[in-house]
Amino acid sequence: MLRTLACVVRRDLLLALRRRSDVASALLFFVIVVSLFPLGVGPEPGMLRTLAPGVIWVSALLASMLSLSRMFAADYADGTLEQMLIGPVPLGVIALAKIGAHWLVAGLPLVLIAPLLALQFDLPAELIGVLTLSLLLGTPVLSLIGAIGAALTLGLRGGGVLVSILVLPLNVPVLIMGTAAVDMTAAGVGAQAYFLVLSALLVLAVAFVPWAVATALRIAAE
Amino acid sequence: MSPPVGETAGGTVRAGGDPAGINWFKYAAPQTFYPLAGRMAHGFAVAAALLCALGVYIGFFVAPTDAQQGDAYRIIFIHVPAAWMSMFIYVVMAVWAGIGLVFNTRLSGMMASALAPTGALFTFLALWTGSLWGKPTWGTWWVWDARLTSELILLFLYFGFIALQAAIDDPRRADRAGAVLALVGVVNIPIIYFSVQWWNTLHQGASVSLRSAPSMAATMLLGMLVMALGFWMYSIAAALARLRCIILERERNADWAARYAETGT
Repeated sequence: MLRTLACVVRRDLLLALRRRSDVASALLFFVIVVSLFPLGVGPEPGMLRTLAPGVIWVSALLASMLSLSRMFAADYADGTLEQMLIGPVPLGVIALAKIGAHWLVAGLPLVLIAPLLALQFDLPAELIGVLTLSLLLGTPVLSLIGAIGAALTLGLRGGGVLVSILVLPLNVPVLIMGTAAVDMTAAGVGAQAYFLVLSALLVLAVAFVPWAVATALRIAAE
Repeated sequence: MSPPVGETAGGTVRAGGDPAGINWFKYAAPQTFYPLAGRMAHGFAVAAALLCALGVYIGFFVAPTDAQQGDAYRIIFIHVPAAWMSMFIYVVMAVWAGIGLVFNTRLSGMMASALAPTGALFTFLALWTGSLWGKPTWGTWWVWDARLTSELILLFLYFGFIALQAAIDDPRRADRAGAVLALVGVVNIPIIYFSVQWWNTLHQGASVSLRSAPSMAATMLLGMLVMALGFWMYSIAAALARLRCIILERERNADWAARYAETGT
């Protein structure tokens, strides 16, 4: 089973590498949206420092929404998904592998570039560290919950907007905990509780989402 | 020995070969449930009208004026029952959707679809009346209080459910997909509520808490409970009426559906 997991991850990474523009455009979207906020609300540094965690987190949320439809669509279109459905490996394992690959391609780049963007908002170094760690814990959860939306809306018209409507309300706890971690560190209270909750959300999501995604994939592929 | 098949119009099939037994699943068929739903909807609508009339009477004429808020508090008799119903209906909807997903019954999925608009309506009503209440008492139409925020997200969850079912053409697939979404949402609602509560208790900016005082005047509490019961009766009546429409839509190719549509039982 672990071998299948590694195989599916490697396959998805390979497919993603062949379409590097898709990966890069999501990253570029993230950077552009983050840069739009100071243009909209004004350049006053104090306000931007306060807004920074929320802005970066919301932009990460939106950027991860963009790439969700790619998770299962290609396999659904050419029949690979049906082979996965009737294969011997549990569909939840395959779903977990695909979500993992999706995070490596769509979530991890956001985490890696976030410190640079936080510098644009003049966040102090300690807060940048907390922000990056919160994104590192939170973006996998975004990918996991987004996968449920992607699996439910497989092959439907209405595309990306429908997935966003479904998934964004479910992602609100992650957003709240992620931004609160940074704000509480800034307030001197310390973010340990928030990191614990984020980790708990991650563990819960890893445990239960693959099963929900498998159910949704079976519903969609029938 | 095959079980005897009944010959009544409802097509009662006895399970297990017990000649004197009750068929518990007679009304699981849309055809048999349709007329029963009509009668039930009428009954519950009458009960709702009476209870709501009584509740409004208590709320406006019997309950005393509040010491702090004057008469502006009286919107509580609509606001709190609507909020209670919004959360209750979501859970009921998720339960029916789950039953439909597990047992593959058509009527359960139809019931979940029928409940969603009523639930969304009550959520919107709770938010709107809350806003109208907030303006004279808090001085603002909206505040990012824990309960308001989680109620707003509940509204988005309802809209997501309705949007997903609307986007899928095949009704059976729509039922199953909606069921998965509703179940994921019902698991997420306590998480949302607690995360927003933790967030707000630390960012506390509102000067007035939305927690109603436990020591309410007895007549106020009575009015609220009567209204809540009235709204509950209304929800059942509205959901059953909507369910009848959904049944006719989905089963329109059946003869009995065409007959019911013409005669309007």
